[in-house]
Amino acid sequence: MDNIDLLGLFLHFLLLWFLAIGGPSTIFPGVHRYIVDVHHLLTNAQFAELYTVAQVAPGPNAMYVTLIGWHLAGWKGVIATTIPLLVPALTLTLLVGHLNERYPNAPIARAVRRGLMPITIGLVFASATILMRTVNHNGYGYLITFVTAAVVLRKSWNPLWLFAGGALVGLVGLV
Amino acid sequence: MTKNPERIEGQEAVGALRIPHIDQGAKPKETSRLTATHWELFAAFSRISLSSFGGAIFWARRELVERRRWLAEREFVDIFTLGQLLPGPNVLNLTVIVGHRFAGWSGALAAVAGFLGWPCLVVIGMGMLYQRYGALPNVQHALAGMSSVAAGLLLATVIKLASVLPRHWRPWLFGLVAFAGVGIMRWPLFWVIGALAPGAIFFAWKERD
Repeated sequence: MDNIDLLGLFLHFLLLWFLAIGGPSTIFPGVHRYIVDVHHLLTNAQFAELYTVAQVAPGPNAMYVTLIGWHLAGWKGVIATTIPLLVPALTLTLLVGHLNERYPNAPIARAVRRGLMPITIGLVFASATILMRTVNHNGYGYLITFVTAAVVLRKSWNPLWLFAGGALVGLVGLV
Repeated sequence: MTKNPERIEGQEAVGALRIPHIDQGAKPKETSRLTATHWELFAAFSRISLSSFGGAIFWARRELVERRRWLAEREFVDIFTLGQLLPGPNVLNLTVIVGHRFAGWSGALAAVAGFLGWPCLVVIGMGMLYQRYGALPNVQHALAGMSSVAAGLLLATVIKLASVLPRHWRPWLFGLVAFAGVGIMRWPLFWVIGALAPGAIFFAWKERD
């Protein structure tokens, strides 16, 4: 665990968070690629488990990067993965927020908004399929995934109930 | 917060990214408060983050618009939309903008500390539990089932998002290529976004009405 390149991790996450237009799910494939495929810091299964544990916690869903940092290198890891998440918010957001209050109707802002939206959605879809393939090992897993999506689209239940249901199906030994 | 008609039109124009749980027809409040103390900001955003399981936006609106009345409905939609377009977690961006508006730079920091501090501690606590008990067979099985649920939540999110895309081939093509590049070919995100974004923005610019 001592040979993790924390500075490299920090810099890579910094770059990723500046690309996270549309929210954290946009860069999920980038985080997965760096941690699992390129640097083999976690196995696919560990990555999926840490992601899931963080989804059950309160707060923004992006906190799974904090958990990964903690798991890899304790407090130093938390700093290396969590600070990059804050940097765009405390720089770019403040700047653009200020400009937006001054010029709410700038045409370039609308063009950027309309142009980037489909790319963002495509990337979140990529995240969803990568996560699906990472976590599901048999038909029951995919069934849980699709039933969950269908329920969320129709009902406004608290997701914690769905997690509880998923845990039960898991305990029965189906997935 | 004076509102001229132009500004309100501009906000209507971003209605494509409409958020659930927000009553668009609600009357904007006459005035909104101009200041809040650092402690109030910290407390408000702590409350939001600690109550938000599975998405913070619902709780953010409840606290800022209904409970504290710091923002009018329209102001909230405006700030949230902006937060969605900027990189990073969208409610974190909203947190920064609201904190800054009410108490400047240090206000933004106080709000962020409230919003991210607690989840950070909770998540680390969960990390400790995972390291200790994560290898137990029962925990493994439960986590496997819950992971499939997590994937379903993300899938539902993307379906909701896609429903706001215009019915026109070009945006869908850009979305599809972004998906294929990252989701199937597994190319690095940086190159895919870098290659697609300029074209997408260019076409959106040319098509502006």
